[in-house]
Amino acid sequence: MKPELDEDALIGALSTGEVEPEGLVAGPAPALATLPPPRGFELTPKSPAASAADGEVLEVAMGPHHPSTHGVFRMDVVLDGERVLRLKPVFGYLHRNHEKIAERTTYLASMPYTDRLDYFCSLTNNWAYALAVERLAGIGVPERAEYLRVITAELTRLLNHSCLIGFLLHDMGTMGTPLMYAFREREKILDLFEALTGARMMCNYMRFGGCRVDAPAGWLDQVRQVVDDFPRFLEEFENLITTNEILLARSQGVGVLPAALAISASVTGPMLRASGVDYDLRKVDGYGFYPRFEFRVPLGDHGDVYDRYMVRVLEMRESLHILHQALRDIPDGPVLDPKAKLRNFRPKPGEAYGRLEAPKGELGFYLISDGGPNPYRYRVRPPSLINLTILEDMCRGHTVADAVVILGSVDIVLGEVDR
Amino acid sequence: MDEGLRSELSKQGVFTTTLEELYNWGRRSSVWPLNFGLACCAIEMIAASMARFDIARFGAEVFRPSPRQADLMIVAGTVTKKMAPQVVRLFNQMPEPKYVIAMGACAISGGPFKQGYNVLKGIDRYLPVDVHIPGCPPRPEALLHALMTLQQKIAAQRLTGPERPPHARDDAPAEFPVPQYGPYDLNPPHNPEVWQPAAVVRDEA
Repeated sequence: MKPELDEDALIGALSTGEVEPEGLVAGPAPALATLPPPRGFELTPKSPAASAADGEVLEVAMGPHHPSTHGVFRMDVVLDGERVLRLKPVFGYLHRNHEKIAERTTYLASMPYTDRLDYFCSLTNNWAYALAVERLAGIGVPERAEYLRVITAELTRLLNHSCLIGFLLHDMGTMGTPLMYAFREREKILDLFEALTGARMMCNYMRFGGCRVDAPAGWLDQVRQVVDDFPRFLEEFENLITTNEILLARSQGVGVLPAALAISASVTGPMLRASGVDYDLRKVDGYGFYPRFEFRVPLGDHGDVYDRYMVRVLEMRESLHILHQALRDIPDGPVLDPKAKLRNFRPKPGEAYGRLEAPKGELGFYLISDGGPNPYRYRVRPPSLINLTILEDMCRGHTVADAVVILGSVDIVLGEVDR
Repeated sequence: MDEGLRSELSKQGVFTTTLEELYNWGRRSSVWPLNFGLACCAIEMIAASMARFDIARFGAEVFRPSPRQADLMIVAGTVTKKMAPQVVRLFNQMPEPKYVIAMGACAISGGPFKQGYNVLKGIDRYLPVDVHIPGCPPRPEALLHALMTLQQKIAAQRLTGPERPPHARDDAPAEFPVPQYGPYDLNPPHNPEVWQPAAVVRDEA
C-alpha cells in the first residue's frame, strides 16, 4: 500500500497494524526480527553467558543525582554484570505543576511559564503556545513578526543542537572541550536574544498576534554576523569530532531505534529522522512562513547514536540556510497585529492544538476555552518525555556506559519531561 | 598583629600571617562545588564554568559529582517535594566545612512556581543557606558575585571563640533531618533549627 494518505492517518493505521511500515520509511527498513522483544518489566531470558553468573543480577538506581542524567532523572536499571537487562525511567523529580498553574492564570500570564519548559529553547516554546492561542482565537500575525519568529526559532535550533552535541560528547568522556566550544557559540546567540528580548534564557518574546517588540536598530546585522561566522564553528567542530575514532566506536550501532518502533512510539524530531522517517513539521504542517523557505530534511539510515548526532549537525547547516533566506527577505512593518488584544483577552469557547517542530521534536499545546480569561484545560505535548519512553528498548543489552550515551542522544530537558 | 609592622616586614621580604588567615585563604580559594543541577539555573551554572565567565578564576571550577568531595552545594533550580529529601541527604553526605548557595528565585522561595502543590517554598526551610542569589535565572555574573560573597564570608570566619563556624563547634548538628513525604506534605514541613516562619509581633499598647 502506497501512502497517498496524509502522514497522520498513516501513523494511526500503522500502530493498528493495517499498513506495512515499508510504505512510510524513506531509507531501507529494518527487518522486524531485529526489533527488541515486547516491552514490559519482567526479566528478559538470559543469554548463555549470563546464566553462568546466575543470581548476580544487580539493581541500581541511577539518579536522581547523577552527572550523566542531564538533570534530576532516575533510571532504575537491572544489571547482569555490566549489561542492562531492564531499565525503568522514573520521572517527576522536577514536576512543577506547569499545567495546573496555567489553568488558573490568564492566557498571557502563562507565556513566561512556557519559557521554563524546555529552558534551552524558550523561543520555540513561546511560539508553540502562541500558535495554539492564535488558532483558538483566530488571530493573524503580521509578516515581519512571522519572519522574526522564524529567525529566533532557527537560532534556537542552532543553540540547542550545538549544546546537545557538547553534552553528548561530555557523556562519552571528552571532559568539556566540545562543550566549551558549544557554549562559546551559545553565548553569541544568547547575546542576540538579550539584545532582542532583554533576557538571556527566559525570553518571553512572543505575543498572541505577533512579537512583543521589534528588533532594535542593527540587530539584524548582528544576526547576519553570527550566522556568517557559524559555519566556521561547525567545520571546526566537525573536524574535531565527526571522524574521531572514539566517537565512532562509542556511537555506531549503539542504541538502534528501528523506524517502525519509532513511529509506533510516536517519537518525533531528530530522533525519528535519524531512524529514516521523513517527518518534519516544518514541511508537513508548513506553519509560519516555512513553505517560503528552501531547505532539506536530513535523514539517517541506521537510527543509532551516530545518526542522531549526524542528523543534528546537518540540521544546523539547514537552519543556517533558512536564516540566510529569512534575513534576506524580512520586510518592514508592524510586529504586532493591531487588532490583537493583550488585556482582558477572552477567546470564544472551543479547543485548539498548536504544534511546531521544536529542536527536540513535536511540541504541542492543547487548549480548551470555556470563554473565560483562563483556559479550561491546558496540556503540553512534550517531545522530550515521549522520546524518552522508548529508552528501555534502546538500552537493553548494552552496557551501562552505553546507556548513558543513548540517554544523551535522546536530548531531554527535565523541565519539559516533568513540566 | 600590627599592620604597620606587617607592611614593614613585607618590604623586607618577610611574609607574616596567622594560622586563621592561612587556613581561611586556603579554604576560600579552592571551593569545590557539587556537580548538581536541578533545573534552568543549572544551565547558567554550567555557563559560569565555561570559557566566557570562567569560574576557575575563583578556584571553584572543580565540579565534583560526589558529595564526599564537595565543599559547596549550589542549589540551582526548583526543589520539588519529591526531590527535597534527596537534596538534604546529599547535603548530609558532604564533609564539613560545607556551604550552600541558593541560586535563583525557585531555590529561595519557590519563585514563579510557588503556587504549585509540588514545589518546596525555599530550600532554606531545610538547609542553612549562606548566600541567596535572586533572579530567574540569575546571570552567571550573579553566581560569580555570590561566590565572591561566600569567599568573604569564609575569610571572616574565626577559628576559635563563640563566633566560630558550625564545623568547629561540638554542639552544631552533624546532619540535618531528611524530610519524608507524608500523607499530605513533607514531614517535617521545615527544620525548626534552621528556619522559623515569620512571627507576627503585635504591639500590646
